[in-house]
Amino acid sequence: MGRYIARRLIYLLVVLFVVSAITFGLMHAVPGGPFDREKALPPEIIENLNRRYHLDEPLLMQYGRYLYDVFIPRISATPPKGSVDDDFLITVKLGNVWFKWMNFGPTYSSRSRTVNDIFRQQLPVSAQLGIMALLVAIIIGMPLGILAALKQNTIFDYLGMSVAIFGVSVPVIILGPIMIWIFGVTLKWFPPTGWGAKPPFVLGIFPRELGPEFFRYAIMPSVALGLGSSAIIARLTRASLLQTMREDYIRTARAKGLRESLVIVRHALKNSLIPVVTILGPLFAALVTGTFVTEVTFGIPGMGRYFVTSITNRDYPVIMGTILLYALILVIANLVVDIVYAYLDPRIRYD
Amino acid sequence: MAQPVTLDARAHDKDALLTTKRESLWQDALRRLVRNRAAVVGGVIILMLYLMAIFADKIAPYPYEKQTLVDQNKVPAWMLKVFPTMQPYAKISDKYLLGADYVGRDLFSRIVYGTRVSLTVALIGPLISLIIGVTYGSISGYFGGRLDNIMMRIVDVLYAFPGLLFIILLMAFFRSTFARPEPGTFTYAVSQLDARLGGMLFIFIGIGLTAWETMARLTRGQVLSMREKEFIEAARTIGATDLRIMFRHILPNIVGPLVVAETLAIPGYITTEAFLSFIGLGVNPPTPSWGSMISEGAQVIRTYPNQTIFPALALAITMFAFNFLGDGLRDALDPRLRGTQ
Repeated sequence: MGRYIARRLIYLLVVLFVVSAITFGLMHAVPGGPFDREKALPPEIIENLNRRYHLDEPLLMQYGRYLYDVFIPRISATPPKGSVDDDFLITVKLGNVWFKWMNFGPTYSSRSRTVNDIFRQQLPVSAQLGIMALLVAIIIGMPLGILAALKQNTIFDYLGMSVAIFGVSVPVIILGPIMIWIFGVTLKWFPPTGWGAKPPFVLGIFPRELGPEFFRYAIMPSVALGLGSSAIIARLTRASLLQTMREDYIRTARAKGLRESLVIVRHALKNSLIPVVTILGPLFAALVTGTFVTEVTFGIPGMGRYFVTSITNRDYPVIMGTILLYALILVIANLVVDIVYAYLDPRIRYD
Repeated sequence: MAQPVTLDARAHDKDALLTTKRESLWQDALRRLVRNRAAVVGGVIILMLYLMAIFADKIAPYPYEKQTLVDQNKVPAWMLKVFPTMQPYAKISDKYLLGADYVGRDLFSRIVYGTRVSLTVALIGPLISLIIGVTYGSISGYFGGRLDNIMMRIVDVLYAFPGLLFIILLMAFFRSTFARPEPGTFTYAVSQLDARLGGMLFIFIGIGLTAWETMARLTRGQVLSMREKEFIEAARTIGATDLRIMFRHILPNIVGPLVVAETLAIPGYITTEAFLSFIGLGVNPPTPSWGSMISEGAQVIRTYPNQTIFPALALAITMFAFNFLGDGLRDALDPRLRGTQ
């Protein structure tokens, strides 16, 4: 197992390297630079700006510099200066030296902010939205799937599967505006746009207070985002439970006179939820990295808006940082799933 | 006395069995598909949408780009019953079936023309991803070994790309690379073609480049499981070439799961296009796409909800139709799979 994880971690590094190379290449192949304006800046100023951000160097050198800043940890005796160039995502004091890691560089859109600042302030919002949507997906999807499987071919089954079809057929881009109009504008149950939690966040991700204010803002976008995934969970739960109910050990449990409710809870559900649990990882990754539409529709200050504007503005460090970070989330989610899978199902062994 | 009768009856039954028309897998599947009401309804709706896309210029009462500034945001009288909040400020004009947008373009006509974009994506998306994905996956699965290993690692890496981010980056790349090319160059030809398609060419390329990986994995798995079957070995012993085995023996046997997977992927392509147009990286204005109409309408959702709701409904109906058809196809081609995935 340890060797397997080690191999996967090496693979993770390779993936991040390739992803960064492709993104870097593609990004710099796009014509135009970060300092193109409607009214052209004087050439001397552009020259100075390019020198300031090392954009005058050969591309390969820029790429090397970027990788060095992001991947190679630094150890220094002095605390971080708090300047734009000395901003590391992970800064830990070890004894009397400082361990600093992951400097995603400056953003061209502001002289005082860094990509790390954007991550600290906007990424938690996207993550909160993703977590809430995942909760919605589980709360709606699992009971629906279980009910549909236990009452197969009854009205519950058809109802459950209709909800599932509804979920996959109505993505956020449709559901968002309609929900805003019904619940936000007409009924005025929820604020139509915005987000209830503001930085700084507890532990860098959780809102300071999880009160009604947070949920008032969070419910609509989370339902809009999570409904599609609840359909996936419902279908998977149903299929898996149906299959488990046909297993021999279920018949054995019934034969020895166990109550039906115990048969279902203790024997069937426990085993049938393995594939459902394993899909939660990639689903979470997909939800966190897929909050863009939801953020744009509901005016939520998450990563989505920054990414889209960073592309049109050629804000290279923001583009690189976002794609790298999201790729990291995706790869780690898959790794965790594989490990959890082996843990839950002892028949699976990685060499 | 009784004995010979039963024997006779048995013989008769056997005859009946022998004369029953043998059904191929596809006929059998078609029969099951037609019995599935939801799938039939989905299919009929899709057919109607395609007719609408083809005859858009005949159905739409106005050209999609025709602006009548005096008719800005006008709504027909019946709309006030559906959206009573509009009562105090709405200007009435029954010239427009579903109202006019913020520059006075007929919403209904734009929705009708919008079918062209979504329905073309629904056609081209699967085509590109099938061509690339199936070729890639079958080469990888059929030849196996080191080649397979390398090819699948490449797919793994591409899988790690956050899909939506990658496609946004690609679209930005295409849009600005082909923005102002010199006449006579290849870039110029491509951008001219894109312009004539209302900006759809790059959407196809973008979707195609990100959608084939799933298909490649699926094909590879299917080819792997087929490769070891006895009939393939039999074909090989009589000297069939690799190409012949691939096209004659393997592909026809795995086409079912591939078609099902691709049909179920269509709503995803439609959403991707709608999303790209929603954030302004999709079709070029004034080409109407439901995604861009939803995004324009969302600006005025508090005052004129009809400008968002109707394109959103059109999109939803299309998505439902494709999902129903895809589900029906899956049930028909492999009844054991009902309700999975």
